[in-house]
Amino acid sequence: MVHLSWYMTVSAILFSMGVFGFLTRRNLIMMLLCIELMLNAINLNLVAISHYMEDMRGQVLVFFIIAVAAAEAAIGLGLIVTLFRNVKSVYTEDLTTLKG
Amino acid sequence: MSNTFLFPVVSPLGPEIFLAAVACCLVIFDSLFKEQRNIFPVISITGATVTTLMVASSKGLGFSGMYNVDGFSVFFKIICLLALIFTVLMSHNHLKVLGVKREGEYYSLMLFACIGMMVMASALDLIVLYLGLELMALSVYCLVGIQKKDKRASEAAIKYFLLGAFASCLFLFGLSYIYGATGTTSLPVVTSFLTGEGIKSNPAFLLGLGLVLIAFSFKVAAAPFHMWTPDAYEGAMTPVTGFMSVAPKAAGFAALSRLLFEAFPALHGNWVLPFEIMIFLTMAIGNITAISQVSIKRMLAYSSIAHAGYALLGLLPGTAQGVSATMNYLFIYLFMNMGAFAVIVLLQQKGLAGERLEDYKGLAKSHPVAAGLMLVFMFSLTGIPPTAGFIGKFNLFVAALNAGYTGMVIWAVIFSAISAYFYLRVVMLMYMHEPQKEVAIVRSGALSAVLVMTLAGVLIIGIYPNDLLHLAGMIFGK
Repeated sequence: MVHLSWYMTVSAILFSMGVFGFLTRRNLIMMLLCIELMLNAINLNLVAISHYMEDMRGQVLVFFIIAVAAAEAAIGLGLIVTLFRNVKSVYTEDLTTLKG
Repeated sequence: MSNTFLFPVVSPLGPEIFLAAVACCLVIFDSLFKEQRNIFPVISITGATVTTLMVASSKGLGFSGMYNVDGFSVFFKIICLLALIFTVLMSHNHLKVLGVKREGEYYSLMLFACIGMMVMASALDLIVLYLGLELMALSVYCLVGIQKKDKRASEAAIKYFLLGAFASCLFLFGLSYIYGATGTTSLPVVTSFLTGEGIKSNPAFLLGLGLVLIAFSFKVAAAPFHMWTPDAYEGAMTPVTGFMSVAPKAAGFAALSRLLFEAFPALHGNWVLPFEIMIFLTMAIGNITAISQVSIKRMLAYSSIAHAGYALLGLLPGTAQGVSATMNYLFIYLFMNMGAFAVIVLLQQKGLAGERLEDYKGLAKSHPVAAGLMLVFMFSLTGIPPTAGFIGKFNLFVAALNAGYTGMVIWAVIFSAISAYFYLRVVMLMYMHEPQKEVAIVRSGALSAVLVMTLAGVLIIGIYPNDLLHLAGMIFGK
């Protein structure tokens, strides 16, 4: 029997990796992937807690999160494509039009 | 577990369902009627007006207590719907000026965003809150980037998207810890758990709560989580900026007040100190950075950060008086900020024209009415009587003083005095400078209607404040 705390530790590690990657990466697509990593860490957490507590809410929420994450990825990639058409770059250091 | 299936009570969601149907119709009509572009704003405004009337009479609990339509949520929904109506009125002509095609798409996104906000205001369950938040946020990301050929818009959209998605991740991670500690996502049930001492000092629960509050601080643009605000506000189309500065912020405040006062009132002692620091930073960064801006949209972005700081001041004491002061303030802010953005829309052409502060030089000589309107809105944003902005700030400060937060109120007054510098600079540029170049005005009946309504709102609330105050007080006093 794998204990709940193991799952939650893995989830916390995955989430920290996502946060670290999001804050240090300079490529927009990598940042988007880090967000997906964070969302999946959350899903793991919810499923583990839900199973441990024998409560369905967590698993229902996971399905909602998967659906929303798909919409989010579609919009995010769409925005990156329009940005690439205008700026010809997907790196944060080239996003310099807006400042002050 | 019972095996009987109960059909959920959907009647309290009538307005949301109706608005969603209107938004879907807009998407379909967008591809059917490519030529008759004038029908889209008419449909959107009719839909939003009918929804407003439906919201005003809706009441009750839906979906086994996950969705609560009470006076509190109705108040916030009306703020969001009014913001929607004003924005649609402002947009039609402006879209033509900017050459944006696909109007149906634009209005449907705005309607979907508004549904998200209404769901957030009514959510009594963290799952529902999350879905409302995402519906709002995803639609607004698209609205910011709707000018596909514009470099600034796509840059603003991607910056807003990344930080917004990051904030949603923090919210969900916090939510998973709250779920782990209490075994439920329903706010009333979470509240009933908080009576025990154990849960109050449970580090996992407090971490979860902290992350959820940080996520909403992102949404209401409170420092130090405000980094996206200036860029997103500057890059978006001006009507969208006006919408973003009012409606999503009001929805964020609705969710935040519900979390802090209905779900976690017992934890007031835990969050009050971080909140004080956050409010101080928000007011300081918003007001001081606004001074050095050259773009009026960017200046108003920092000003909206500062106003989020004042509005949070009402949540700080944890009293009904404070919350009703915040609600009033957001209602007043709707009129004054929408009005200021409507004046910018009036002056704006394709490109940067009408967006720089120097474009306002000598406006009083070339366009006295536009300058006069801007004067009223700038006075109101500063908080000078007899405008509504004064009443709003006065109530917030009184609520905070009554609860004993004298230090915070002194800081708030100091920062409002600083804010007079950059608001009144616009007035000075308009009235005390000679016109430098010809500034063209894009007139339209709809835009004039917005200007008249916002002006009336600012002056009527400023001169007869009592009715509004009683309304919000009654709602929250329950």
